[in-house]
Amino acid sequence: MTVRRIRTAAATAAILTGVAACSAPGDSEVGGGADSVVIGVASEPDTLSPLLGYGKDGNSKVFDGLLARDADLRLRPALAKALPEVSDNGLTYTYTLRDGVTFSDGEPLTSADVVFTYETILDAKTNNTSRSELDAIKEVRADGDDKVVFTLKYPYAPFAGRTVLPVVPEHIAKGQDPNTGSLNTKPVGTGPYVLTAWSKGEKLTFKANPGYWGGAPKVKRVTMAVIKDDDVRATRLRSGDLDGAVLPPNLAATFKSDGAKKTYEATTYDFRAVTLPQGNKVTADRAIRRALDAAVDRQGMVDTILDGAGRPAYGPLPVDTPWFAKGIEREQDLSEAQRILDDAGWKADGDGIRVKNGRRASFTLLYPSGDKVRQDHALAYASDAKKAGIEVKVESATWEVIEPRMKDDAVLAGFGSTGDPDYGLHTLLHSSLAGDGFNNMARYDDPVVDKALDTGRRSSDTATRKAAYDELQRELLKNPGYTFLTHIDHVYVLADRWDGLTTQVEPHEHGFASGPWWNLETWRPKK
Amino acid sequence: MARLAGRRLLFAAPILLVVTFGVFAIAAASPFDPVKAYAGTAALGADAETLARLRENLGVDKPFISRWWDWLTAALEGDLGQSSVMRQPVTQVIGERLVWSALLCAVAFVVAVLTGTVLGVLAARRPGSVLDRVVTSLAYSLEAAPVFWLSLLAIWLMALQWGVLPAGGLTDTASEQVTFGQVTRHIVLPAGILALSQLPWFTLYVRQGVGDALAEDPVRGARARGVSERTVLLGHALRSGLLPVLTLVGSRVPELITGALLVETVFSWPGIAAATVEAATAVDFPLLAALTTLATAAVLLGNLLADLLYGLFDPRVKFHDM
Repeated sequence: MTVRRIRTAAATAAILTGVAACSAPGDSEVGGGADSVVIGVASEPDTLSPLLGYGKDGNSKVFDGLLARDADLRLRPALAKALPEVSDNGLTYTYTLRDGVTFSDGEPLTSADVVFTYETILDAKTNNTSRSELDAIKEVRADGDDKVVFTLKYPYAPFAGRTVLPVVPEHIAKGQDPNTGSLNTKPVGTGPYVLTAWSKGEKLTFKANPGYWGGAPKVKRVTMAVIKDDDVRATRLRSGDLDGAVLPPNLAATFKSDGAKKTYEATTYDFRAVTLPQGNKVTADRAIRRALDAAVDRQGMVDTILDGAGRPAYGPLPVDTPWFAKGIEREQDLSEAQRILDDAGWKADGDGIRVKNGRRASFTLLYPSGDKVRQDHALAYASDAKKAGIEVKVESATWEVIEPRMKDDAVLAGFGSTGDPDYGLHTLLHSSLAGDGFNNMARYDDPVVDKALDTGRRSSDTATRKAAYDELQRELLKNPGYTFLTHIDHVYVLADRWDGLTTQVEPHEHGFASGPWWNLETWRPKK
Repeated sequence: MARLAGRRLLFAAPILLVVTFGVFAIAAASPFDPVKAYAGTAALGADAETLARLRENLGVDKPFISRWWDWLTAALEGDLGQSSVMRQPVTQVIGERLVWSALLCAVAFVVAVLTGTVLGVLAARRPGSVLDRVVTSLAYSLEAAPVFWLSLLAIWLMALQWGVLPAGGLTDTASEQVTFGQVTRHIVLPAGILALSQLPWFTLYVRQGVGDALAEDPVRGARARGVSERTVLLGHALRSGLLPVLTLVGSRVPELITGALLVETVFSWPGIAAATVEAATAVDFPLLAALTTLATAAVLLGNLLADLLYGLFDPRVKFHDM
């Protein structure tokens, strides 16, 4: 073996590896134009198939639902011509489809596509995680090519809000397994944008759909870059790699002086609360729960933990929604907390922790590890509770560890659904769902609240519903199953190159569908 | 030579079987819940009925032995199954990502071998010189530095402080196409770090081998005859000095794979390694088993390659002795 042969071998190897790189004729355009936008988000969807739950709350850019929501979360027609006609008994909803809508592959939309979408989601074989949201549906049928009729098992007032979920093309989805078919990674819809590429874990790119029924969008190209780490996202936004990003409040504040960028704070239904499980002898005691409710300094948490980007949560519903029961706002009141405990026979012990019948007022509070905002909430809660003589031992754990302990230990939970109070409250508070998966984690059981939930769900009269939800919120004061702490704002920073930007009130999940880009298709470049 | 290769391949089959079985056993024993991993954030709002249905659909409750058998029999027929975490067929996941991992590893390896050889020879020329001491101590410190730490350091310096190279990804954030120029710019940091992590052992071995060869009689004789230093160094010393190194090249594959795992994760490089991490935490049996098989096969091939090279290059070794 000579040196020359070694050299030849090395050269061959170099050539072989060199040609492994693939190249496509590309157009490397630079950012800064108003017709393209690059957005940094913290998480990416597991799938882009509505059949598995993608875009179920609307705002999917690739698909449309029968209805959609506007900036104030009011329902408006999308693929349907108008809002549904509801029968007097509230059991049938009839939608008439808009004319001339086509999928991005040119096929026209018909009622068969809508029926197929809903039937596939309702099929037990489909691994859709939010199927229970459509629980009220008894059957879906097409009435001609442009009418769809839903028949319900029971009157369900907020049903129309569920029909924002995206409609898929039957001609593509029919022949494939909904759980693993190509629709998961190569979606075809009627929406304003078409997916051009998805590099999983890195980014998704979209281009405007010229044939969109609502008119071709002005922003032609959209990139959603998936960047898990907050600091990296902020750095890439600063370096100009991104035009906009989801950021925690303290990092968003660093862009305040940047004239070329605007900060958007979206108010939300996204609350942080402590579950007080009925299975734990201490947290099941109503006096303890009321004392905790009085002892927490909600405003202090908003100011220090959230940098002011949030609001105190006096209940599950945020203070600025029409459904909020006026008059339940309350300040931290330590003397009231002390009084409640004294009256109930919880006497202070030598170390300041109260005791009753030999039982110490002490319990464990778990929070999911790695979530700094929840960790801060948990620690603040523990320090407030201590002032009232209740010991809260804070521990972090993964969800795998937390789940089996949810029935005995308190958890720093976060939830919140927009659209209708029923969506979030029923699963959170109804006794029939106690300990059912992650629903009603505290196993809360209160007949007044149950009745109010049922009234709110069945009645179609807004005033009746409002009264029911008011009563529910006041009952939660007397018998708090959770200590609601804050509603956190979602903060976004975005280059100031467009007009027509707003934010919606947002649910717990955010960043991908909601944010200032919820209505990307209507942005207009600034002149 | 053919016999050696044949025998090794025969051995590979049982090894791969055991490895895949092991993957299924370990995954079954892990605390991760495949259903939760599948549902993602939606699981936190799902009711018991939904979770039970997913459990049923995903076949989570079947004993792992029967799941392994199902997977194996299907795999032998060419069907690697469906990846639950990627929502894609496993073959598609591997097909989309393998090329990028191969590119990354190959570039890194070539860079490491070439640089390592040069540095090793330079250091061996005058043992104890300043250059030798610098190279050796650098190699030892690098050997001790964790790969992920090096990666983060490189990102901080090159991308954040100086802004000369992109911090991650395969292409620019705003671009839709994969172009040669972009990939070239984006591969510099990850491949550089991976090469850096492989560099120390290689440099030290070359230095040792060449140093030993320089002290041998033939080399001393050649020098005495007045053969030029260059010929002595490249013709005599490097040849016999590289022999022990060659045998090591193949056996370094496992380290390259684990290195790639970390590097791909830090640099969000869309390769196989990043998918392996996801598959493991999501207890995605089919994908995990396929990827582990792939990694094992790579290691076995690496070892075979090392032995073949050794037999080819070293006249003292006979294949039928191996």
